[in-house]
This record gives sequence, structure tokens and C-alpha cells, in this order.
Amino acid sequence: MFSHIRTIWLTFLHLFKRHVTIQYPEEKIKLRPRWRGRIVLTKDPDGGERCVGCYLCAVACPVDCIALQATEDENGRRYPEFFRINFSRCIFCGYCEDACPTYAIQLIPDFEMAEYNRQNLVFEKEDLLINSQGKYPGYNFYKVAGMNAGVKEKGEGENEDAPVDIHSLMP
Amino acid sequence: MTILIDNKSYTVKAGKNLLEACLTLGLDLPYFCWHPAMGSVGACRQCAVKVFKDENDTKGRLVMSCMETVTEGLRLSIEDKTAKAFREQVIEWLMTNHPHDCPVCDEGGACHLQDMTVMTGHDYRRYNFKKRTYTNQYLGPLINHEMNRCIQCYRCVRYYRDYAGGDDLNVFAAHNHVYFGREKDGVLQSPFSGNLSEVCPTGVFTDKTLKEHYTRKWDLTMAPSVCNHCSVGCNTIAAERYGELRCMLNRYNGDVNGYFLCDRGRFGYEFVNSENRIKQALIRNRTNEAATEDEIMEHLQPLISVNKLVGIGSPRASLESNFALMQLVGKENFYQGISEDEAHLNRLVVEMLFSGCVHSASLKDIEQADAVLVMGEDIWNTAPMLALAVRQAVVKTAASQASQEIKIPVWLDSAIKELTQEEKGFLATLTVTTSPVDDIATHSWHAAPDDLARLGFAIASYLQPGKINNTNFSEELLNRAKTIGDALKKAKNPVVITGISCYNDNVIKAAFDVAVALSTSDRKTGFCCVMTECNSMGLAMMEAPSFSVANENIKTNGHATAVILENDIYKHVTSNLADEFFNSCDHVIALDALHNATTEKAQVLLPAATFADGDGTLVNNEGRAQRFFQVIPNTTSQVQESWRWLRKLQSLKLHTLNGHALHPDDLLREMEIALPQFKDIASVSLKHDFTIHGEKIPRAPHRYSGRTAILANKNVSEPKPFNDEDSPLSFTMEGYKGTPPSGVVPFFWSPGWNSVQSVNKYQDETNGALRGGNPGLLLFKEKIDNKDLFFNDVPESFVAAKDRWLLLPKLDALGSGELSSYSAALKTLSPQPFAIMSPGSLLALEAKEGDMLQIMDAGIVYGSLPVKADENLCDGVVLVTAGLRESIGMSWGARVQIGK
Ligand code: SF4
Ligand code: SF4
Ligand code: SF4
Ligand code: SF4
Ligand code: FES
Repeated sequence: MFSHIRTIWLTFLHLFKRHVTIQYPEEKIKLRPRWRGRIVLTKDPDGGERCVGCYLCAVACPVDCIALQATEDENGRRYPEFFRINFSRCIFCGYCEDACPTYAIQLIPDFEMAEYNRQNLVFEKEDLLINSQGKYPGYNFYKVAGMNAGVKEKGEGENEDAPVDIHSLMP
Repeated sequence: MTILIDNKSYTVKAGKNLLEACLTLGLDLPYFCWHPAMGSVGACRQCAVKVFKDENDTKGRLVMSCMETVTEGLRLSIEDKTAKAFREQVIEWLMTNHPHDCPVCDEGGACHLQDMTVMTGHDYRRYNFKKRTYTNQYLGPLINHEMNRCIQCYRCVRYYRDYAGGDDLNVFAAHNHVYFGREKDGVLQSPFSGNLSEVCPTGVFTDKTLKEHYTRKWDLTMAPSVCNHCSVGCNTIAAERYGELRCMLNRYNGDVNGYFLCDRGRFGYEFVNSENRIKQALIRNRTNEAATEDEIMEHLQPLISVNKLVGIGSPRASLESNFALMQLVGKENFYQGISEDEAHLNRLVVEMLFSGCVHSASLKDIEQADAVLVMGEDIWNTAPMLALAVRQAVVKTAASQASQEIKIPVWLDSAIKELTQEEKGFLATLTVTTSPVDDIATHSWHAAPDDLARLGFAIASYLQPGKINNTNFSEELLNRAKTIGDALKKAKNPVVITGISCYNDNVIKAAFDVAVALSTSDRKTGFCCVMTECNSMGLAMMEAPSFSVANENIKTNGHATAVILENDIYKHVTSNLADEFFNSCDHVIALDALHNATTEKAQVLLPAATFADGDGTLVNNEGRAQRFFQVIPNTTSQVQESWRWLRKLQSLKLHTLNGHALHPDDLLREMEIALPQFKDIASVSLKHDFTIHGEKIPRAPHRYSGRTAILANKNVSEPKPFNDEDSPLSFTMEGYKGTPPSGVVPFFWSPGWNSVQSVNKYQDETNGALRGGNPGLLLFKEKIDNKDLFFNDVPESFVAAKDRWLLLPKLDALGSGELSSYSAALKTLSPQPFAIMSPGSLLALEAKEGDMLQIMDAGIVYGSLPVKADENLCDGVVLVTAGLRESIGMSWGARVQIGK
């Protein structure tokens, strides 16, 4: 009996609390930057595609909903020839973002992806690529990697010595 | 021997080093510079363990496990704190200069350095200074170079120079910036260069053809396969992604190819993806040539039921396909699709090996031989891995002699090298002209095939006087025979290698006689005869008449429908013979994987599977039947194994139900009955319904990615995975997770071992057999004490004629191969067709090097070829490139005319 009255009383008190229900979609929810929603592919500070087609996101994905094929441009820069995410399978766990060594793949605070037709949830690279660095500005993988892929010459990267002169015997 | 590892006692084999012992026991111990095929040099310091004097010794001392021999009662610790810290430290040092490349490095996911780094536990870079960098080199179309990733383990040069005998890859510069590459940019010259991609523990040397369509190892669907590009039958792993063949990897088989492949085998796969593939069944001479399977069957029904059928088999099609063709057309109408000359030689080889008078030598036997005689065959170009095995025989004989003399273990590589220097075991190469194998030969001699045969008979006669009647040998020949005979007599395991590319039966007979004469109770002698194609032996064993006979029969009897199985007749016989045949046929049905001159002649063309899209069995020149497994799942296209097409045609003909006995092992079981010489052939592999605890063996690694996205662009609901009813393998990542039976290992992987080095987890012991025995079924058994077969027909000396030239083929290690020549990378390395003659012959022709020569035989003109001079070639012989994409069938072994 007492508990019933208490429950009614508590419910009554809620009338005077700030209400949490928002009038979506007229009113939008405010999401934190690290909220794991829609997946995008970002670009590096130079505007180049960040994804180097390393397949790490694909292998990290627990539902295996990422498929891609790496290819190279004339400078040897790797990029995905195609990049497909089947969002009807994606569980937004963020493992792909964790695995990505280049900050290319990012989960962003956007969840408005509902579709009537499941087939429309299959996103290709064109649908995923955004013209922004996303949450991690400033990082350019090819500047820190050892390879020369048209971004920097050998030895010109961060933390690199000039290439060895193999004819020299000096210590 | 008993040793104690971390206070647990284990039994190990004497003579091994500690690293080998630990790996054999299944323990994880990191290493870099040691390689099972090349032994230890103790350069990388990665394999450190603690060794203790006795149970009271608590301090112990750090040793390099790859440099210490096991001794009775030895106490060692892998887990010791200092040893662990030392190993981690070594990796940390290596990593100070290692680039931040893994995401874009083709080695990633199959990288020994990654594995070892994880194994030692090093995970954080504390070194804050700059990294050393290098510029790269262009090394040709097969191998990519990214020198920054090098960890200076020296494996590459030890493999390329010491193991494979190459001399254009070396180490340059000094101390902490040594450089592994060529003197200057350029194509790597060795036809074994592809192995660098597996030997190098990092991403310095990687497969450039894989880079074109790069896929990580964890994403590849893989299946055990057998190389299609020569008669040696090396074991390979074929790897697929998105319906395309992506690369070929080595599949260890201790009796055949061991850890390596030749470049033809490794890079010849691209023909599978080539534009020239036949993917669609055609009915020619109608408006819409493309036909569905039903249309084909309807069209062929009357043709097959009414007409007389003639079947032309193929030395590059599987046993199953050849047999299915034989069943369809009837045994009496089944022919080998090769020239009479070649068929004659093949028959001879089969007879020799069936006689049991000699032991048919495996590649392993050859590697372990202590004296080798090569008669007539240019093995470097016709069976590259055989040449590599011969090299090991020669180098290791010296090594094992040295190691016995002063008691150092054979695996102690640098000490052995120091000791033996240039010393080599005995190798005699008696060939038509020079070959790179001559460089390591004790004795080489170049002469016309008949003269080579005479020397062979002279050797046999020297070894077993009285057996050969003709003793009319010249003094010089007898001296040569004596030198070679004496060396062979001293050997305990000599091997005689010959081949059919001389198109001379006397050469093969002489080689056989030498082998028989050498086989005594205290001497194990091997005999090996190189053939032309991957299943030449299998086809020869079916004992069918040659194409020439087929042609004669069809000409006399007329009215027949020819069914041509995976065979470009125009590459095997001269074009007039082939034309004649096609003109006499009423209809031609061809099954093949690539378009060629023969498929052009077909009114009905059926798309046949390659080794990658089908199952089958091949018999190599040793007589080892080996099963290969489909790796490209076939869901939509009409491509299917020839035997499946042929079986369907047979049901059509006999009006039986379709679909019965469609498993390759069922076919082989029928074959056992129809052709008793193939006794037990069905046991070549496991039955199609074999499972382990109800589970199939997965072709895909458990990390395989993209399952729910690969086909999502077509349909978001994933289709059911392709079901393989023909083998114990499945096309998914689900299934049995333990080590599969040795014949059906689709890839090598073990927890913590993602690279090819994981093969150590699949072997009985280092360099030993795969657990459960090396795969393959031997069809020839040596019958001890049976020495009945012996040939006595010594030919006359070769006499150069003024206007007739002996025509012989000149093969090329990379360019030759009917299928592999359609691989883009190999094609760029393939020579353009040319002829070779001796300066004397050129003089007689009043021609000079570079002139265009016309070769003519019985009215056929073979077209003009530029001629090269070769002073090692004897007068009266002309060599013409063979097996290239442009090459056509010629009357090898015949005397031809040459015009300018
Ligand atoms: S992990 Fe990042 S860089 Fe690698 S394939 Fe995925 S998105 Fe591209
Ligand atoms: S060699 Fe191995 S560790 Fe080095 S970058 Fe390549 S994958 Fe990474
Ligand atoms: S290139 Fe590869 S094999 Fe050669 S030393 Fe460097 S890491 Fe070792
Ligand atoms: S071509 Fe011959 S030697 Fe080379 S890998 Fe293939 S089977 Fe072996
Ligand atoms: S593997 Fe033992 S020192 Fe390199």
C-alpha cells in the first residue's frame, strides 16, 4: 500500500521536473562528437583521400559488413578502388574506426539513416567520402609513413633522415 | 635425446640445433636469419635462449639457439626473464629504423616481423630520433622493392646467391646502412626470384603481380593446388578474392618443391584472369553464337548420339578430364593430343618406370643426391625447380662431406661455406648447348643428341662391361665415359636426369642404361625424365595412340566428330597436319580455357575450368599423382571442369540421367577399373564427403572479412555460400579449425604465426614431411632385383648434313608454357622467337647472326626467325624457341631445310 502511494507521489513530482522527451524531428537531439553514428571516409589536410586501403577496418568489423579493394595511383599511393559498407548489417560498434591507422574511417554523430528499402543501406565510396578531416584534423598518414607515394620524397617525412648513400663507407 | 626446456623434459632428435628442436616441439621462439632451407648464421640475435650448466646453475648464459647443437640432458629456458628481455630488446632496436608502413605494406598480415614483434611483446616506440631511409630500385615486373623495411637479416642474399645461384642481387654499403639490391636498377635475372617474397621476413621484396590487385592474406580464399606449368608438379596454394585469382604461394611438400617455386610457377597464374579466357559456350555459324547449357545439350544431342566420336586428349588436362573423354568416345577412339614423336618418347619413359628397374627420383631425392648426371635436357629451362634441386645436390654434397670430416653440423651455414669454398659435388651436364646449370657442373659436354646418347651408352658400358655389344666408341668418348663413370661409381645416391626435349629416344635409353647399371644393392640410384606438360605422364600412362594416328584413322574412315580436350593441336603438331585433321572432321567440339588456334576451328566451344576453377588430378614426371582443388567458386558462369562437361555429354549420349558420379573421386574409381595401371588412383586424395567431426575444411581463414558486403551491391541479402560437393573443403571460413590432413591444407597459419613461416607448425620436424605424410600418390614402384630392361641400340655418331638441319626446341624458363605465356608479367620477360645455330652452320648457310632464316620441312614454311650464333652448339643443329606464346608446333627432331 505504502509503496503504491510512494510511486504515485514520485510520478506526480515528475510533473515539475524538466522533461527529457524532445519533439523529434522538429527538435534535434544534441549528440556528442564521439557519438558512434553514420560512418564516413574523411580526407587528409591536403584534400587527398585518407583511406589507404589497408583492409584493417574490414577485418576488425565483427559483422563483416565492410568490403573494399585497394588500388594505386601512378605515384604508388594506395586508395580504395571501391569501398562498400552494408549498413543494414553494421552494428555501429566503432571497431573499424579503432582499427584505422589513418583516421580515414570515422563514426560521426548522425543516426538519420532510416530507409524503407534495405538495399538502400548499402553505401559505396561515393556515399561515404566527405570533404573534411572529421574528428582528427591534421593527420596525414603518408607524411609519417616511410613510403614515397607522391606525398613526400624518401627522407623528407617527419622523423626521417635523408636516404642512405650506399657508396659511402663513412660511419 | 632428452633435453629440458623450462624444466620440462622433451625428447628431441640429435644433430638439430636448439631452435629447430624448439620449433619441432611446437614451442614458439622468434627468429629471423635462420631459414629451414638455408640453415643458421647467427646474425640477427633474435633467437636467444638461456642455457644452464646443470640444475644448480641459476645464472645460465644467453646463447643463440640457432647456433647450438642439442646435447643430452641440456637445460635451456625460453621463458627466462633475461632471454625474453634480450629478444624484446633486439626487436626494439630493429624497430628504431622501421618505417610506419604496415597499412600500405603488402607483407602486412603475413609478416614474420609483425609476428615476431608481437611474440616478443615489444609494443611501444621509446626511441625519439630520426629513422634511416633508403631509395628503392626497379627490379622488374615480378618483384617490388621497398628497402626501408629491411631488418638486415641477410636471408635474401643467402637465398638468391647461395641457394639459387643468382649473382645480380647483393648487399652493398656497410655497418648500419647496408643495402640489399642490385648494382643498378634492372630486372632480377634469376628465374627463382619470386621466392624472395617468401624468404624475406619483411615487406622489402613483395610479389608485384599481387600488388595489381592487392589482397591481404586473411581475405584470400585459398586451396591446395598443383603447378600447371611444367612436368615437375610443384605444390602451390592458389588464392582467390572477388572471383579472381590473386596470387600463387608455395605449398610445402617435403618430397617435391620444399619451400620454393620457380617464377613460371609463381607468376604464371595470371592466365586465369586473362582477357583470352573462354567464359561462354559458343555454337558457331549462327547469328547468336553465345549459347546456354541447355541449348548446347540440345544442339549436341544428335551429333553425339549418331556420329562416330574421336577424342583428342591433352597432356595439360587432368586425369579425370582425359578419362571422361575416353569414356565418352570409347577407348578405341581416344588419342593423345600430341605428336607421334613425343608420344613415342613418353611411351618409352612409362615403360622404363613401369619396369621397376630404376627408382623414379623425387625432387627431394635429387636434392640429396651425391652425384648427378644430366643427359640431354636443358633442365634450367624445361623444369626450373629440378635445376634448383640439382644445385642443392651439388652444394650440399660438398657440405655434408665437409661436415662429416670435421664434425660440424650441416645447418651451420657460414662455417660450412667457409670450409667448402668453391668445392662442389659431382655434376655432369651432357646437353646440346650450354645452360646456366653448367656453371656448377664438374663436367659439361655439348654435342648432338646421338653423340650424347653414345656417351651415355659408353658410360653404361664402362659401369657394367659386357652389357652393351657395340664397343666402337672413340678414345675420347671412352675417356669421358671413364671420368664420369668413376665419379658416379663413387656415389652412394647418384641420380640420372634426362628428358624428352632432345626428341631422341637414344638419349633417354642411354640415360636409363646408366641408371640401371648404377643401381646396385649398395647404391640407391634415381632416374628422372623431364616431360613437357603438367600431366604428360598421366596421359602417357593411359597408353593411347598419338594424334598422328588419329589423323590417319579419320582420314581413312572419314565422318567423325572430334572432341578436343584442352589442347591446342597447332602447338603440338605442324599446322598442315592439324589442318588436314580438321578438314577431315565433320564436326569439332572443343573444350578449353583459353582461345587458341584450335578453338577457332571448333563449331561448338565449351568453357573449361582451369586449375583454379576446377578439381582434378595431375601426374608429374616422377609418377606422383597429385590432386588440385578448385579455389574460385563458380556461381554464375558456365565455366566447369572438362570432365563435368564430358560426363554431361556422355549422359546425353547414353540417355542416362544427368548428375550421377560427378565427383572427381568417383571418376577415379571408375578409372581404376577401366585402366588397371592406375591402381589405387582414387586414394590420391580424400573422398569428396570427407569431414572431421562433421565439419569441412575451410578455404578461408577465420579472419576473412567482408562476408556481408562483398555482394551487397547486387543484393543486400547475402546468398548462401557456394557449396563444394567435390572435395572435403568448404568455400567459407566456417569449419574444422585444427590442422587439416596434409593433402588438403589450404593455407599455412597457426596462432601467432601469420606468415609463411608457420609451415614449421605443419611439419614432423624441420625440413621433414608434412604431418601425416607428404601428399601425392606414387604410381611407380621400384622392383628391387629386377634389372631386365636394358637397351642396346647404340646410335651412329651424328653427322652434320649440308642441307638438312636437325631441328630441336629451345625452351625458356620464363617465356615457355602454353598457359603461363598468357600471364602479363611473364610475357614481358619472354624472348621473341628466334633460332640458334653454330657459327659453322651459319658459315655453311652463308648467313650471319641476326639474319632472318626460314625453316622448312616437307613443304611447310615455318616463317622467318632471326638467328643467333652459339659456339657451343654443334654444327648441323638448329634450335628454335618453343613454348612461347607465338610458338607453333614444329617437327622437332626432324631434319629440316633452312633458307634465307
Ligand atoms: S582501416 Fe582506414 S585506411 Fe584502412 S581500409 Fe579501413 S578506412 Fe581505409
Ligand atoms: S614489413 Fe611487416 S612490420 Fe614492416 S611495415 Fe611491412 S608489414 Fe609492417
Ligand atoms: S631485404 Fe628482407 S631478406 Fe634481405 S636482409 Fe632485408 S629483411 Fe632480410
Ligand atoms: S613451372 Fe615447373 S618447376 Fe616451376 S613451379 Fe611450376 S612445376 Fe615447379
Ligand atoms: S635466428 Fe638465430 S641468430 Fe638469427
